[in-house]
Amino acid sequence: MITFSERQLRVPRLLRPVYLVTAGQSKFARAIPEKKTEELAIDAFTMAARLIEKSPAELKRYIHTAYYGHFADHFGDQLLGEAVIHDRLGLDPLGNVGIKTGGATGGSTLWEAVKAVASGYSDCVLAMGWERMDEVPTDEGNHLISCAADKDWETPLGHIYTGYYAVMAQKYWQVFGKQEESFRRTMAEISVKHHGYARFNPFAQAPMKITVDDVLQSPVVAYPLRALDCCLMSVGAACAIVCDEETALELTKNTTNKPLRIWVAAGSHTLRPACRRNMDIPLLPNETQDQYADLGERFPGGDRYPGFTGFLAARMAAWYGYRMTGIVDPMEDLDVIELHDAFTISDMQTYEDIGLRPYGEGRDFVESGDCYHINPHTGQPGRLPSNLSGGLIGCMHAVGATGIMQTFEIATHLWNRWSEIHGDPDLWREFGREKPQDWTDLQVRGAKRGLAISHAGVGSHVTATILMDPDHLLKDNA
Amino acid sequence: MSVFGTVSVKNGRYRIKGDFHHITPSTPIRNQDYPWGLVGVTNPRDMTYIHTYGGEAVFFENLCKGKIHGTRCDNPDCTFKGTVYLPFRIHCPDCLAKNTVIDLTDVCRKTAVIHTYMVCERSGAFNTLDRPIRFINVEFEGISTILMSYLSTGTPEIGMRVVPIFRTQDPTYTITDLSWVPTGTPQEALPKGFSFE
Repeated sequence: MITFSERQLRVPRLLRPVYLVTAGQSKFARAIPEKKTEELAIDAFTMAARLIEKSPAELKRYIHTAYYGHFADHFGDQLLGEAVIHDRLGLDPLGNVGIKTGGATGGSTLWEAVKAVASGYSDCVLAMGWERMDEVPTDEGNHLISCAADKDWETPLGHIYTGYYAVMAQKYWQVFGKQEESFRRTMAEISVKHHGYARFNPFAQAPMKITVDDVLQSPVVAYPLRALDCCLMSVGAACAIVCDEETALELTKNTTNKPLRIWVAAGSHTLRPACRRNMDIPLLPNETQDQYADLGERFPGGDRYPGFTGFLAARMAAWYGYRMTGIVDPMEDLDVIELHDAFTISDMQTYEDIGLRPYGEGRDFVESGDCYHINPHTGQPGRLPSNLSGGLIGCMHAVGATGIMQTFEIATHLWNRWSEIHGDPDLWREFGREKPQDWTDLQVRGAKRGLAISHAGVGSHVTATILMDPDHLLKDNA
Repeated sequence: MSVFGTVSVKNGRYRIKGDFHHITPSTPIRNQDYPWGLVGVTNPRDMTYIHTYGGEAVFFENLCKGKIHGTRCDNPDCTFKGTVYLPFRIHCPDCLAKNTVIDLTDVCRKTAVIHTYMVCERSGAFNTLDRPIRFINVEFEGISTILMSYLSTGTPEIGMRVVPIFRTQDPTYTITDLSWVPTGTPQEALPKGFSFE
């Protein structure tokens, strides 16, 4: 679809407020041979219960339905894995359903859970996601991931998803990056930042103290993408509990977790990038048509939208999400974000799709220092810190869990519990990881509003999860 | 002695011959770090899928004949009537009417330009292409979409003019039967089994 009807552009509305009350996650690693997936799911659930001072059994008594995000059945050779987890969590005979939208599975799982509460069907819903990517060799894993491309028109071409994705990176690199060395170094800076923040996250799989040159010297995967530009393959689980207001207040009474308002909006675009047709740029509230009139002149080749340089699904998720919640300028209205940094360059593309910077100017979000916890140029807090978890590059990409992990991370800032949870020495010990001597508190002071972008592959599905302190909403009746 | 599985269709039903899976026993996975205790087992799987191209079969059938077919929406009531698609779309994505199959071979020969590309050093299991794989996305005049394929010779560049080549000997009847080379490439430089028509 390249034009929209008014009905299709209706701003979504929840029939009643929905709250995130708690969340939890397991350790994330490339392989966890000592635990079955159900054990990881129970780890995540137990943590969610602990954060609101409940036993797992007490929390379970509130749950009415369950939504399970698990992308790749092939990886575990187990269809209906959702039913296995549901049974092991002891939630039968409650209704449950599995959600699959590639890399956006975690975000989509939350999308469904929120709608179940908003509609009144359920007062308390479990959203649980996981992935198990350690039970096949890497080349077979690459084949299985490539099956998420079009099996007739793309998969036979190398059976390697990176190839289908990286052509888009190449186009962005040449059109908007103009193949400049400075642009390449900015891409590398994203990796340095995310691996660096992962050092302070006990859940994270790939903490690294590296430099831009380390990234630039890492092996080429698909030029200009190098190994350290790419996200991880991970094992792990994450969950969230969403409720109506009455249940949220009851569950969090006398606990540290303040219930947070939650909204999720979603967009989609062609599974095959080949099928993207030209269209006008759908504008976010902080943009005007005029500002893109000369885009093709400033960036030759950049006048085709979305072409191979933008993610329409991300743009539409933000388009709906911002209007649902009253966000006008995400740089001003949000305090902390987690983006789907599958690759350094896609992190940058997303800055433009969600309006942190206009199309063509994404690099400035990094180069200005706005994306940092502490702006390296000013020594002051960054304007909009991103991926303090380490993101998909430094923390994890256990696909079905990723969007929920991002939401957990945003929530810990809004609850003002980031330091308590991430600095907990017992947790570092439990995960068999050494807390670094220079461990740094990344709590975003006074954070009231946050956003997580969950994104599938070449952009077939994207969700925008927005969390807000209920005393700091931007719009009445949101 | 196993026989590769083969399939044909007769009276509207699949007729299956040969072996479609091979049975290999599970083996234990033991922990070297913890007195060789049992961790799990391997679960070997070797199976062959049966897959229909449905309305796209004409495209894959004709590649080995040196032809590229696309489709066009000819529904007079469609807002986007006349839009041409390659990759082949059986139905118009706007009005959902069945598209008209059209021969785009000439358009591809005369107007193909690399929109973007990627040289990929790695591949997944079951890959049959030589590495590195030179992925290219090809744009054409008058066609609304941008075909993904691969370049068989030369170094890809955005804006490079290319022409299609076809695996006319021992075709696989997959998208890998279509490839591209820079304009002006001589026949003798083509990979084995490929020709310009």
